[in-house]
Parts: sequence; C-alpha cells; structure tokens
Amino acid sequence: MKPASPLYALRRRRNALFLGQSALATTVGLGCLAVILATLAVKGADGLSLRVFTEMTPPPGSDGGLLNAIAGSLIMTFLGVLFGTPLGIFAGTYMAEYGRHDRTTAVVRFVNDILLSAPSIVVGLFVYEVMVATLGHFSGLAGAVALAIIVVPVVVRTTEDMLVLVPDPLREAATALGAPRWHVISRIAYRAAKAGIITGVMLAVARISGETAPLLFTALNNQFWSADLNAPMASLPVTIFQFAMSPYEDWRRLAWAGALLITAAVLILSVAARALNARKGP
Amino acid sequence: MAELTLAQDTRFTAVRKAPSLRRIARVDAFFRALTRASALAVLGVLGGVMLALAIGAFPALKAFGFEFLWTHTWNPVTEKFGALAPIYGTVVTSAIAMAFAVPIGVGIAIFLTEICPRALRRPIGIAIELLAGIPSIIYGIWGLFVLAPVLQRGVQPFLIDLFGPVPVLGAVFAGPPYGIGMLTAALILAIMVLPFIAAITRDVFEQVPAVLKEAAFGLGCTTREVIRGVVIPYARVGVIGGCMLALGRALGETMAVTFVIGNAHKIHASLLGPGTTISATIANEFTEAVGDLYTASLIALGLILFVITFLVLAAARLMLARIARKAGA
Repeated sequence: MKPASPLYALRRRRNALFLGQSALATTVGLGCLAVILATLAVKGADGLSLRVFTEMTPPPGSDGGLLNAIAGSLIMTFLGVLFGTPLGIFAGTYMAEYGRHDRTTAVVRFVNDILLSAPSIVVGLFVYEVMVATLGHFSGLAGAVALAIIVVPVVVRTTEDMLVLVPDPLREAATALGAPRWHVISRIAYRAAKAGIITGVMLAVARISGETAPLLFTALNNQFWSADLNAPMASLPVTIFQFAMSPYEDWRRLAWAGALLITAAVLILSVAARALNARKGP
Repeated sequence: MAELTLAQDTRFTAVRKAPSLRRIARVDAFFRALTRASALAVLGVLGGVMLALAIGAFPALKAFGFEFLWTHTWNPVTEKFGALAPIYGTVVTSAIAMAFAVPIGVGIAIFLTEICPRALRRPIGIAIELLAGIPSIIYGIWGLFVLAPVLQRGVQPFLIDLFGPVPVLGAVFAGPPYGIGMLTAALILAIMVLPFIAAITRDVFEQVPAVLKEAAFGLGCTTREVIRGVVIPYARVGVIGGCMLALGRALGETMAVTFVIGNAHKIHASLLGPGTTISATIANEFTEAVGDLYTASLIALGLILFVITFLVLAAARLMLARIARKAGA
C-alpha cells in the first residue's frame, strides 16, 4: 500500500519507529539475561570441580571447596521452609476459606503484599534484634528464622490465590455429603489446589536459596564444618559475598563456582514450578 | 424414622464410633482458630519488625534527634552519625535506575502485548521473568567483575570527555572513572527491577478491553496511536503502580548495590564517584559495629528504609488494586 499523503507517511514512520523501539527494549532485556547467564557459565565452570562438593572452604591462598557452605545453605533453607510453610498455608487458608470477604483478610492481604517486596535486610535486622541480641550469639537457627519470614508471604499469596480458584460446587458437594468444614478444606480444597500450593513452596525455596542480606547478621558465616544450629553457620550466598569481595584469586574462583550453583538451582526450581503450575493449574 | 432405620442397621456400631457432632464442631473451631491466628501472625510480623526496629533505633534517635535525617557526618570514632549520605545514595541510585528501567520495561510490555508473535509470547515472557529470579548476589558479583570494568574502560571516560566542558553536567560526570560507584549501582538496579515493571505493565495492558482497542484501530489509528491514546491512558494507574512496586524493590535492594557502590559516606555531585545506600551501609558495617550508638544508628537506618519502602509499596498496592477493580467492574 502506498502512503496516500505526507501526514500518513509520517504516521507510518512514527509507528515503525515506535515498534522498533519496543523491540529494541525487549532485545536489551533478553540481552542482559543472556550476558549474565553466559558469564556465569564460563566463569563458574572454570571454578567448578569435584572438590567444590567434597572440601571445606579454604583459608586464603589455598585450594578447597564449598562443602560446609552448601550444607549450611541446605540446612537453613530446609528449616526456613519447614517453619514458614505451615504458617503461610494456614494463613492463606483462612483468607480463602473462612474469611474470604472479611476486613481481616483485606488487611492481611495488603500487609502480606508489602512484606512480599519488603527489603530483606530489614528482616535480618529484625531477627538480629529478636534472636541474636537477646541470646547473645549468632546462630544457624536465627538464619533459618529469617529465611522463614521471607517464605511466609510467598506461600500465603499462592495458597490464597490457588484456593480461591477451587470451584465452589466441589465444596458444596462435600458439605452436602455431611463433611465438616475442616474436612472440606483438607480433603477437597487442598487436594484440588495441591499443584498450585506446591508451586508456591518451590518459588519460596527459589527465593530464599539466593538470599544473602538476611543471613549476614543472623547466621553470620563459618569457615569450618558445623551442623550446630546454635553456632554461626556458613551459607553459600554469604560465602560468595565474602570470597568475591576478597583480593584472593582462588577465593574469587570459588565464588564464581558458588554463584553458578545457586543460579542453576534457582532457575531450575522456578522453571519447574512454572511447568508444574502450567500443567495442573487453572 | 430415619434414626430408627439407622439404629437397626448392622453398621450401627460403626456409626456410634464415628466422632460425635460436638467433637467435629470442636475440631472445626480449632482449625478455624488456627488458620485465623496464622493470618493474624502475618500482621504480627509487620508489627514486630516495626517495633523491634523502633526499639533498637531508640538510642540513636534520642542522641541525635531529627538531625539524624539531615546531617551527613558518619564517624564511628567520635560516635557522630547522620543518615543523609545513605539516604541521598538510596534515592539517587533508585531514581536513575527507574529512569532507565521504566521506558525499557514498558517497551517490553508493548512488545509482548502488541507485536510479538503469539508463539513467542510465553517463552519471552518467562525469560524476562527469570531475570527477576536471579538472586541479587549474582547481580552483585556480575556487576563488580563484568559491568564495572566495562564502564571503567569504555563508558565512563567517554562520559567524562563528553560532558566535561558542559557547566552543570560536567560536575555530574566528573572525576576519575572508578568503574564502581553510584552510576554502576543504578544500572545494576535498573536491570534488576526491569522484569517487575515489564511483567506488571504487560498484565495491566492485557486488562484493557479489546473493544476499546478495536474501536481505535477501526478509526484508522496506528499501533503507536492506539497504545498512546487508548492503552496507556486506560492502564495508567496500573503502570504507575507497577513502577512504584519496582521502586520499592530498588530502594531496599542490598547485595547487588553493596558490591558496586564503593561504600563511601560522601555526597558527591558526580555520579561516577563512590557513594553508599542505606542497605549497603547496614550490610557492610553492621557486624563490625562496636558500641551501642553505632549499632543503634545502623538500626535507625533500617527503620528509615523500612518506613520509606512501606509507604512506596503501600501506594503501589493501592494503585494496582484500583486498576484491578476497574477491570473487574
């Protein structure tokens, strides 16, 4: 089609420019992702070896691995999810099942959405005040509690969203058969929303496994093997922070290896969570 | 009559063994109370954080009063603390980050809703969202070892040469190219909040009723005119809400910034100089802080950060709730 007038040609040119700009923006966004992942793959693979998984974090200037940091991260992530998930699921249950149109629910939803994006370093300060300052020592347990506080809003949000999607006729049918309310919730609603709730927990795990700020002054760090929850505990993110900021070449190499491990874990978890939700979700 | 037949039933004993109605009611009430308590615990977390920070910050606020907010001395030796430099750094880095991220994020949303072939929408959308999933420490290490050297060698000398002779901009882009500094931190923040803006803007764009767009196309509008004249005005509140949500993230972001900000308690006119933010100051100094006043001052910084982000995020949520109501109505 030939442009009919100069004005029309101008509009078409502006339109093409506009669309070009938005395509460029997308290229920039995807480019950032590609560059970051490529850097991680190259530099991380360089530092990755079997020793990373079998040896403790080394003193500067010598070889070693990240075993104690990996173990610490796994322990604290596990405990964080263990503490945070039940609370989150129950709170989400109240909001979707008992108090769907309550004022309480509206307020809790509002606050929960804020907690969802609240700065995680503030959570660290809070747990420091409550657990570390009062008990007098840094501990892996305090780190786990800090992570749990980050887990809760994620799980609350997905649990509520998923339970609301469960069709009411299912609940009505169960109630008509004489099932008490808690039975309807635990046997019918939870079962129907299972995939979604699990997705929420997986996203929460992905979120906390890379969290550094809340661990800095709760779990602190530990150069040695320790599974004692009352003692400072190493974690992968804090170790990466310490090693990357150091001037030692072998520490930096380990930091990149750790960064690759965390990113791979987080991305695999979030893609798996999405896939689960897409298959079984609404 | 029904009870009679039930009683004659051979399964009568089994029925008797089933929990009595009263017990069922008790369990029901307990379950309800348990879930309600959990929901209230979420409120408790927020209240607890506020309270704990206020108590922890009290010594510093008592010692310095409101002057804490606008003095910029930060001297652990003489125990003189003022929050101006971190507050300045937080606000400036976030503002620059938003200046980069908002146009790009909205551009991505436009691409995804209007231009992108349908088959590519989901993969590209997921790829952008993965950017949000990458932990902040990864952005930090990447910023320090990849982005900062690039800026130091290429971009910053260019900016210094370009703007050096210009009166005001010369001061903004003055100084030796360190690589790390306020501008680097802002760029990292921009990449980090980009997916939030893109995802939320895409979602609110999709809520624009198709009839409105079709009507505009029917009048002969180009895609650009439809987006600027129909889609953006309709979705404005939601887009602003999404941007404020991203701003809340940027303000509170810790690790990525800590890596590249340079951690200097100074207020430079130059964006290329090192600075600090509230969260970076806390992350860097908290475990090394000796003395109650030092610790209390850092907690006071945390309280300021929490209050600022709370207000920004609350405003964001209210705006997003408004657009959701509009779409639902």
